[in-house]
Amino acid sequence: MAEKELLSQIRNLSVEYKTRLGQVSAVDSVSFDIYKGEILGLVGESGCGKSTMGKALMRMIQPPGKITGGQIIFQGEDIMTYDDNQMRDFRGRKVSMIFQDPMTSLNPTQRVDEHIIEAIQVHEPQVKIEEALKLAEKMIRKLGMQKRRMNSYPHQLSGGMRQRVMVGLGLVLNADLIVADEATTSLDVIVEAQLADQLKDIREEFGVSLLVITHNIALVAEISDRIVVMYAGHVMEIANVEPIFDNPLHPYTRGLLKSIPNIKLNDTEELYKMPGEPPNLTHPPSGCRFHPRCPRVMPICKVHGPDLTEVSPGRFVKCWLYIDHPEKESETIKVEA
Amino acid sequence: MSSSLRRFLITRILLTIPMVLILVTMIFFIMRVLPGDPIRSQLGPRVSEEQADALRERLGLNRPLYIQYFDFLWDMVTLDFGTALTQGERPIRDELGERLPATIELTIPAIAITALIGILSGAFAAKNRKKPIDYSIRLLSIAIYSIPIFFMGLIFQIIFAVRIPILPLSGRMDTLLLTQFESITNFYVIDAILTGNWPALRSALTHLIMPSITLGLALTGVFVRLTRVNMIEMLQSDFITAGRARGIPERRLVYKHALRNTFIPILTLLGLQFAILLAGAVLTETTFSWPGVGRYLVDRIELRDYTAVQATIGVFALFVALISLLMDIIYALIDPRIRY
Ligand SMILES: Nc1ncnc2c1ncn2[C@@H]1O[C@H](COP(=O)(O)OP(=O)(O)O)[C@@H](O)[C@H]1O
Ligand code: SF4
Ligand SMILES: [Mg+2]
Repeated sequence: MAEKELLSQIRNLSVEYKTRLGQVSAVDSVSFDIYKGEILGLVGESGCGKSTMGKALMRMIQPPGKITGGQIIFQGEDIMTYDDNQMRDFRGRKVSMIFQDPMTSLNPTQRVDEHIIEAIQVHEPQVKIEEALKLAEKMIRKLGMQKRRMNSYPHQLSGGMRQRVMVGLGLVLNADLIVADEATTSLDVIVEAQLADQLKDIREEFGVSLLVITHNIALVAEISDRIVVMYAGHVMEIANVEPIFDNPLHPYTRGLLKSIPNIKLNDTEELYKMPGEPPNLTHPPSGCRFHPRCPRVMPICKVHGPDLTEVSPGRFVKCWLYIDHPEKESETIKVEA
Repeated sequence: MSSSLRRFLITRILLTIPMVLILVTMIFFIMRVLPGDPIRSQLGPRVSEEQADALRERLGLNRPLYIQYFDFLWDMVTLDFGTALTQGERPIRDELGERLPATIELTIPAIAITALIGILSGAFAAKNRKKPIDYSIRLLSIAIYSIPIFFMGLIFQIIFAVRIPILPLSGRMDTLLLTQFESITNFYVIDAILTGNWPALRSALTHLIMPSITLGLALTGVFVRLTRVNMIEMLQSDFITAGRARGIPERRLVYKHALRNTFIPILTLLGLQFAILLAGAVLTETTFSWPGVGRYLVDRIELRDYTAVQATIGVFALFVALISLLMDIIYALIDPRIRY
């Protein structure tokens, strides 16, 4: 990628859910950047806080959840300071979102054109209906759908087409960022590949940034420029796509990569399933949240959590293997109660 | 109308026939099993057996039961309904023709009140879920729901007709006006407008206020609950979240997107509630001496007037069937997923 221009900076963002069993620390002090026109993959097993992160980015966390701290800088402004009206304008015009289930993310009693016209007129009331209709038509055609689909109700469209309509709803308002949360997960393989291709085309054509949230690291390898790896509410690794696949640093990233059927790290390593599962986030593990499952765990990992650290330009890791600590070599770190 | 919708409607209408038939058959036999009969109820216990037999013969009650049954069915099919057995032995069709408009005139504003108050406050409660206003609306709806209709009617009568006499106590119109009132359709409001009789219109409308509010409120509780529950579910659905993520204002999401989709389950239940509405109408008519079908039915059940009761219930059944048919059509218009 040429000159990278910042679109958004997420800084120390934390989200908690209040549940009967206690506070769920779903996103804990997460920081990463989103550049203009890039496809950023956000990966991790399910339950790692990816969807929470995606929603938090638009300040769409509903009770019992709450953003408990941090900043979301978007085009230089901290949207955490926005009031309701500014937020409403921000959603749709700046950031748009595509969801996992295309069957339910469109209003079943509204036609496609009604959806698009509504999205336009809500944000730009001065746009006349004929004009909005023309824009809608143009968008539908750009997404490779026939014009007659404008008059379809959601149930008359296939899953892939519905997701394209969702994409189109973001694009008609010239959103700068589209968040796609498991947007291809429920589609079958061929349609998934088509949609993934289309997302790449859209990025080229509209210069829009995409945050692709998925548990499927193969998909991320396929379409992303950069990857953020999340585990148990923490960002574990951030890197461009090639280096992370060539040389994953974080043990969790390694584990994720090893479990893809078609990418082998080297010939001697067998395909495997990572042992254990993500922790219950009401009581996250002490120290490094990955330590109970980590094949390279050290005594310090159980006590102190490492910081996300830039180990080479643009490459961040949150792991003691790559960070110095005075007690790192010690075998006798006292485990705090 | 698409041909598939037409086919659906024809099937639906054909299906109503056995439904109504079963119902009227049940009523036919239940009435005859009940203790008491129209002869005794009219002539009293001290008449001679000969007198009773003579009347029985005149009314055709001495004929074999199956003949009476088929006679009754034929009357239903031809929409003739026969004549009543008691109190003047008038043709039932004339009686219903006078009284059905009275009942409809009462129920239409009642439904409007129910739908308006029930659906709007239900939606409002759902929007403000778990806030004080939500709890207040729910509490109030339960309170209203648990008050018997006649009691609510009585309270209204005491307050608004006796203590602060601003509304008439009962009936459809002031007696004085009624003597000179020219009735065409038996919908008094319409008749008053047609004949340009403004004092009568005023009287008809003021007479409608208490009974229709009573009946309307009585049914509101169910609607509040129904709307609230369905709205809460709807507001959590993905397309609402997606709409919110597109910056669609909350009001629009609640009152346009969610409410419109909530109408679908509400309408279904409204169709089912219609029978309850009729039951409510019977009670309201009794409380407010409203000369509608409900009161007619109650009176005639007491008199064991077989033919009148059978015919009235038959008409009720047809009415319920008609309304549920209407619901299905509206349903198809609202929800594009439904194509018959
Ligand atoms: N509405 C909620 N209430 C309580 N806990 C929640 C809620 N949504 C998510 N969580 C919890 O937050 C954590 C992260 O969830 P999520 O963001 O959905 O993860 P992912 O998208 O990576 O699968 C999980 O432990 C989940 O149980
Ligand atoms: S910090 Fe320790 S436990 Fe955590 S990933 Fe690195 S080596 Fe494993
Ligand atoms: Mg998720």
